[in-house]
Amino acid sequence: MSHSMGESLAGQRPVHWKSERLTRVPFALYADPDVAAREQRRIFRGEVWNYLCLEAEIAEPGRFRTTFVGETPVVVVRDDDGEIYAFENRCAHRGALIALEKSGRADDFQCVYHAWTYNRRGDLVGVAFENGVKGKGGMPSTFCKDAHGPRRLRVARFCGLVFASFSEDVPDIDDYLGDEIAGRIERVLHKPVEVIGRFTQALPNNWKLYVENVKDSYHASLLHLFFTTFELNRLSQKGGVIVDPSGGHHVSYSMIDKGAQDGDSSYRDQALRSDSDRYRLRDPSVLTGFSEYDDGITLQILSVFPGFVLQQIQNCLALRQVLPKGVARTELNWTYLGYVDDTAEQRTVRLKQSNLVGPAGFISMEDGAVGGFVQRGIAGADDHDAIVEMGGEGTGSSEARATETSVRGFWKAYRRLMDE
Amino acid sequence: MIDLLAIAAFNAAYAEAIDSDSLERWPAFFCADCHYRITNLENERDGLPAGIVWADSRAMLEDRIAALREANIYERHRYRHLLGLPLIETADAHCATARTPFVVARIMHTGESGLFATGVYRDRFVNLDGRLLLAERVAVCDSTVTDTLLALPL
Repeated sequence: MSHSMGESLAGQRPVHWKSERLTRVPFALYADPDVAAREQRRIFRGEVWNYLCLEAEIAEPGRFRTTFVGETPVVVVRDDDGEIYAFENRCAHRGALIALEKSGRADDFQCVYHAWTYNRRGDLVGVAFENGVKGKGGMPSTFCKDAHGPRRLRVARFCGLVFASFSEDVPDIDDYLGDEIAGRIERVLHKPVEVIGRFTQALPNNWKLYVENVKDSYHASLLHLFFTTFELNRLSQKGGVIVDPSGGHHVSYSMIDKGAQDGDSSYRDQALRSDSDRYRLRDPSVLTGFSEYDDGITLQILSVFPGFVLQQIQNCLALRQVLPKGVARTELNWTYLGYVDDTAEQRTVRLKQSNLVGPAGFISMEDGAVGGFVQRGIAGADDHDAIVEMGGEGTGSSEARATETSVRGFWKAYRRLMDE
Repeated sequence: MIDLLAIAAFNAAYAEAIDSDSLERWPAFFCADCHYRITNLENERDGLPAGIVWADSRAMLEDRIAALREANIYERHRYRHLLGLPLIETADAHCATARTPFVVARIMHTGESGLFATGVYRDRFVNLDGRLLLAERVAVCDSTVTDTLLALPL
């Protein structure tokens, strides 16, 4: 069956997958504006939970943040009842933004354009000059404020994370995450956290290229050469990739292999060491951490479909929110975390280790550019496919990390929602 | 007395070291136990301590240059720093604090050239045996957004 432009206008699939298999991904998916528009409807405003912020960022009644669900602007705010509400950041009147600041405190929200007012739950409660001026003008008596307002989102809280959905049909957050992913979130967010910094990285590529990069455990030791160049012994490590049954969420992790470690005393005292003077860190304190999880896991990268990442790299904790900004641009919002009960020394360790991540991170700066290399590379290849076949065709969990199983998992979840 | 001219000349040499790809000279503008951080105005306003680069020793700055040269992968590019006049807040013979605005353009190997960062250096200088050195430089970017990646220092 061919797919014409007419079909895409009618809501049909704008890009054709050559088979049911997940091992060939059409490059057109990263560059087609019809695909991007369909993703906004079917994924971001569809049956998913989108990460909005931390509960700790809106701790008191009236505290709000503005953010996005895909490209749709939303307000997330705590009301006097302690509950968190989220609604579209779009005035019911003419569509202007209701809240302009990234964060703040508000008793209510008033659109600057014509002063229509909303309470903290997104209800339209005031229309300026509703009854006209001196009996003239004004809204018709048939106008009902209750019938108008920005769309309200379902809100779910999990371990201090605030998620929202436009869908009435999406499963509850616990079911959406599943036990395995939920447990891995609880492992990191088991006690109160606080924000220690926020940075945004503008990526010159489609949002899916970054999400795939996060899920791709195959590239890490090939693209990021910091650890190998400085011959940093990462101890004898084992690890694996967990993919949830939907395919959309994943965890990749590595941990100290105690069996291997015990057999080699040279690993005992230091997390890094090189026999070569040429490339040796002069100040290895950047990697000197402390043990804070009793399971020996030194690295855990976790993603929740479509665009949320929770990262533990040694003692460096961060959240990442992936937001599409058009077909070929993405904003990556980094929120660096510490625990509220950190000692000053522990906090300093987290600040030092943050050199590993973010836009200037020793083991992550390449991820900001590599998606752009793909975006530029695929120009003119809209009838060709990417190969995603490392580790076979499946989307199951794996003890090997030279696999693209969680990338295929992403496409499994993506195709279901996109009806492809 | 550390004066305006001394700090302006220091800043000119600092910018020239980065912009001419003499990155190995960059750490030498700092004391051994310095603090260097790149952050943004919103983090500073909110008292959030993290940086996209965060160092508390000159050795960490040397490691960053070694990583850029040997380990990290990024497309070839240069910066052009334009530094404003330092606004001196305090100064005596041994120590000075100053704020200097910066504008940094990034010139990619492809020829694409554009504004990469603007902001202010919040500096603490010390005079060590007649040499001016940075005890602290916090590069506070005006924008919260970094395009693609930040490899070369500001």
